[in-house]
Amino acid sequence: MLASLEGAVTAAVLALTAIGLSLVFGVMRVVNVAHGEFFMLGAVLAWWVASHVGGPPAVGFVAALVIAPLAVGALAALADMTVLKRVAYDPERTIVATIGILYILQQVTLMTYGPEARPVEAPFNTRLALPWVEWGEGGIQLYWPWGLSTTSYKLFVIGAAAAVLVGVWLLMARTRIGLLMRATQLDREMALAFGIPVERVYAMVFGIGGALAALGAVLIVPIQQAHYLMGGDPLLLSFIVVIIGGLGSLPGTVAAAVLIGLSDGIISVFFSPTLAKILATLLVALVLVFRPQGLFGTGAK
Amino acid sequence: MLELDKINAGYGRAQILRDLSLSVAPGEILCLLGRNGAGKTTTMKAIMGLLPLMSGAVRLEGREISKLPAHKVAGCGIGYIPQGRRLFGELTVAQNLEIGLRAGGSGREVLEDALDLFPRLRERMHQRAQTLSGGEQQMLATARALCVRPRILLLDEPTEGLQPSMIAAIRDVIGVMRDRGVGILLVEQRIDAVLSVADRVAFIENGRNLETLEAEALRRDHRLIETHLGV
Repeated sequence: MLASLEGAVTAAVLALTAIGLSLVFGVMRVVNVAHGEFFMLGAVLAWWVASHVGGPPAVGFVAALVIAPLAVGALAALADMTVLKRVAYDPERTIVATIGILYILQQVTLMTYGPEARPVEAPFNTRLALPWVEWGEGGIQLYWPWGLSTTSYKLFVIGAAAAVLVGVWLLMARTRIGLLMRATQLDREMALAFGIPVERVYAMVFGIGGALAALGAVLIVPIQQAHYLMGGDPLLLSFIVVIIGGLGSLPGTVAAAVLIGLSDGIISVFFSPTLAKILATLLVALVLVFRPQGLFGTGAK
Repeated sequence: MLELDKINAGYGRAQILRDLSLSVAPGEILCLLGRNGAGKTTTMKAIMGLLPLMSGAVRLEGREISKLPAHKVAGCGIGYIPQGRRLFGELTVAQNLEIGLRAGGSGREVLEDALDLFPRLRERMHQRAQTLSGGEQQMLATARALCVRPRILLLDEPTEGLQPSMIAAIRDVIGVMRDRGVGILLVEQRIDAVLSVADRVAFIENGRNLETLEAEALRRDHRLIETHLGV
């Protein structure tokens, strides 16, 4: 129970980060190796904003929740226009280019923010005791065992992530800009021939991808602390999720994030975190062998 | 009037088109004939701005559209019906048409007009494009281009792989558009189909102009075709 709640928090943040990676790959066919650094930047900016805004922690947190994703999104869009556009979105060169962006972001953060890990205070953090069911004398009884509790903030993370995911889905399925993004994804050349400003769509998608990673990070800093090397794990896990879910498939990405996040939480609690990573990687290998297009992928055309 | 003025274009360093010049007048069907690899599809892509020109110019009513970014070309009034249809397969019929409308900045009446020409699409508005039959897909590709409210239509092998009734339907619509004063550039493999609709025929080979003839002359003398195509 506790393990699955912890897992659900991981899954929620992972889903946000991975959906950004998946969106970028799906629409632009760009493998964004710097995605984890956008996550890290989101966390670091959240600390920066929260520590510069006075007042109660809630104010700083809400400010961070708005400013950090917007700033990271703008930076990502800028990186798209100045770097990725110049290498003409060539698959191999974009990988090398995003590795470069990764190190630039990481080292600039080290030079300015420093090597310390810093926390952001959660806006609210009430402990919530959780009931447990047991057979007692005379049938089922609820009781509140010691240690079995979570915080309201963790529940908030799960709810907020779900709300954002629904928002992303609505954006893609119901809005005009979503229509343009999907058309660009399906046939870039025809999108151009029918008046879709593909370059602007690309910059926007890359920006949204970065902003989603940053948003996930802002949600997690009150639990995890911001550190300049924190981008590695989310990047690896996002790749695992995106491969299992099917490259470019949004429902697949969410399903895989829930699967990996929950199993990571549960296995980490009962066995060890290393075993969780080993199993996740093994799952990737199995998926690649038996279903290379991913669980929800449509296959190569 | 669409004019191609000595355009040179190609993919990367491989040059396909060499000093190619063409012109399509309003209400005229110009047919482009040439062997495989002669540069017919490349010509269309160059007009749409999908390939950068090495030199030369594409002009629409005197305006140099080859200087515009590719996504602005359609809005000038050029409807493109590419080879193999190239629909947005996972989008619905309505969404495919909406993209065409957006490109031309056109309103509902343009959509209604396109649907009147292809009534069958009206019944399938909320179906995904990839679930349509081949003929219906070609209708949708044509209707999508008509939604741009084109002054020039580019058709790249519109009847490829279709059954005769569909070919007739597509050809009727081409005739309607011509009568409305739309200039039409048509690439077609089947010579009999070309001769029955074209006003002029431009032969190209290795990306160069060979000769442009009145279709009437070809209809009178079939040997002209053989000498130009070497079939």
